[in-house]
Amino acid sequence: MSPAAREALGSAAQLVVVLLVCWQLIYWAVGEVALRSPLETIAFTAKLAGTSAFWGHLAETAKAFGVALLLAILIGLSTGFLLGLNRFASEVLEPVLIAVYSIPKITLYPILLLMFGLGIAAKIAFGAIHGVIPIALFTITAVRNVRPVFIKTGRVMGLPPLELIVKILVPAALPEIFAGLRIGFALTLIGTLLGEMFASQRGLGYLLMNAIGLHNIDLIMALTFLLTLFAGTASGLLLFWNRRMQARGR
Amino acid sequence: MRPAALCRIALLVGLVGALEILCLSGVIDRITMQPPHRILLDLIRILASGSLDGAIAQTLGNAALAFAIALTVGVASAILLHRARPVREMLDPLFATYYAIPIFAFYPLLIIVFGLGDAPQIFIGAMLGIVAVIVNTLNGLDRVPGVLIKTARINRLGPVETALRVTLPAAAPYILTGAKLAVAYSFIGIIGAEFIMSRGGMGYEISFAYTNFDNATMYPLIVLILLVSIAVNTFLARWEKRLMARRGLQ
Repeated sequence: MSPAAREALGSAAQLVVVLLVCWQLIYWAVGEVALRSPLETIAFTAKLAGTSAFWGHLAETAKAFGVALLLAILIGLSTGFLLGLNRFASEVLEPVLIAVYSIPKITLYPILLLMFGLGIAAKIAFGAIHGVIPIALFTITAVRNVRPVFIKTGRVMGLPPLELIVKILVPAALPEIFAGLRIGFALTLIGTLLGEMFASQRGLGYLLMNAIGLHNIDLIMALTFLLTLFAGTASGLLLFWNRRMQARGR
Repeated sequence: MRPAALCRIALLVGLVGALEILCLSGVIDRITMQPPHRILLDLIRILASGSLDGAIAQTLGNAALAFAIALTVGVASAILLHRARPVREMLDPLFATYYAIPIFAFYPLLIIVFGLGDAPQIFIGAMLGIVAVIVNTLNGLDRVPGVLIKTARINRLGPVETALRVTLPAAAPYILTGAKLAVAYSFIGIIGAEFIMSRGGMGYEISFAYTNFDNATMYPLIVLILLVSIAVNTFLARWEKRLMARRGLQ
C-alpha cells in the first residue's frame, strides 16, 4: 500500500471512531424511544441482510440508481463536450444550467410522475436529472481549460474530431471531469432515494418511509446506517482516486 | 445586451411557446400538463386570493431560519476549526464526502426525535447548508493576508475583535459564496422535507395537489418555487460578483 493510501485510510478510521463515539453519546442522551445504539443497529442490519424481502428492495434501488447514473453520465458528458468546444453555445446555455442546478428539483417530481407514470421510469428520470447537471458543468469547464497547445497540436497532426476528443481532450481533462462524475454519483443517489421516498411502492426509500408509518426504529436506523455507509465509502474511494489523478496530472 | 443573453432569452421564450402549442394542440394532454398561459393565470389567481399565503409564509420563514442557523453556526465553527488544526484535519474527509450522504435518509429519524413539526425540516435545511458555509469560510480564512493578522496583533485586538474586525471582513467574498450555496440548500432541504412528509408549507401543498390531480394548484406552485429560488440565487450571484470585482478577484 502506498504511503498516501495509508494516510488516507488512517484519517478515515479516526473519523469513523469519532462518529461512532458521538452516535453512542447521542443514544445515551436521547434514549431507546427514538434511537438505537451502534451495536444494536449493526446487529439488526445483519439480521435484515438475511431476509429475502430486503434484497428485493435493494435490487430495485440498485437497478434504478445504476440506470440513472449511466444516463446522467452519458447525457452529462456529451452535453459537456458539445458546450465546452463551442464557446457561444456554452455562453448561452451555461447560466441556464447553473440556474437549474440550484433549484429544489423535488418540486419537478410530480411532473415527472405524470409524464412517466408510477414506477421505476420516473425514479430513473428523477435520479438522472439530479446527476446530469454537475457532470455537464464540470465537463464544460474541464474541456475549456485544456491547454490550447494540445488542441492545436492535434489539429496540426490532422486528427479527425472524434479522435481529437478521445486521444487529447479526454485524457487532458480527465481529473476535472472525474470530479464532476464524483458529484454526479452522489446527487444521482440522492435523487433516486428521494424519488423512492415519495409515491413509490418498492426500493430502499419506500422501505424507509414505510418504517416511519410503522414506527419501526430498528429498520430506520439500519437503513440510514447502510445508505450512509455505502455513500460515504463510495465517495471516499472516488475522492481518493480523484486526488491521485490530479497529483499525477501536475 | 450581449448576443448570448439575447439568444438565451429567445431560446427560453421558444421553449415556453413550444410547450404552449403542444398543450393547446393536445399532444400533451390536460391531465399531464396545463398550457403555460393557464399556469400563469392560475398563479395570479392563487396569489390574489391569498388562499396559500400561510403555506408560502411557512416555507419562506422556515427556509430563512434554516439559512440563518447554517450561516451563524457555520461561520462560528469555521473560526474555531481554523484555530484547531488537528480537529480540522480529522474532519476534512467528512466535509469532502458530506454531500454524497443522502441527508434526506435522516428525515425519518429526525421526525421520531423532534416530532412532526417545523423542527425536523429546519434541521434538515440547516444541516444541508452548514457544511458549504464551513468549507467556504475556511477557504476564505486561509486566504486572509498574514500582514492583516499581524497588524491586528500589533494593535492588541482580542480574538473576538480580530475575527469581527479583521478576518471576517477580509474573508467576506468567500463567506458569501458559502452563503449562496446555503440559501439554495436550505430551500432544497425545507421543500424536500415538506414534500416527503409534513403538515404544511408549499412542498406539502404541491404533493397534496398531486395526489388530488389538482393541476390548477400544482403547476402554479411549482412555477412559484422555481421563480423564487432562481430570483434569490441570481440576486446573490450578482452581489458576489460585485464584491469579488471590488477585491480585484476574477
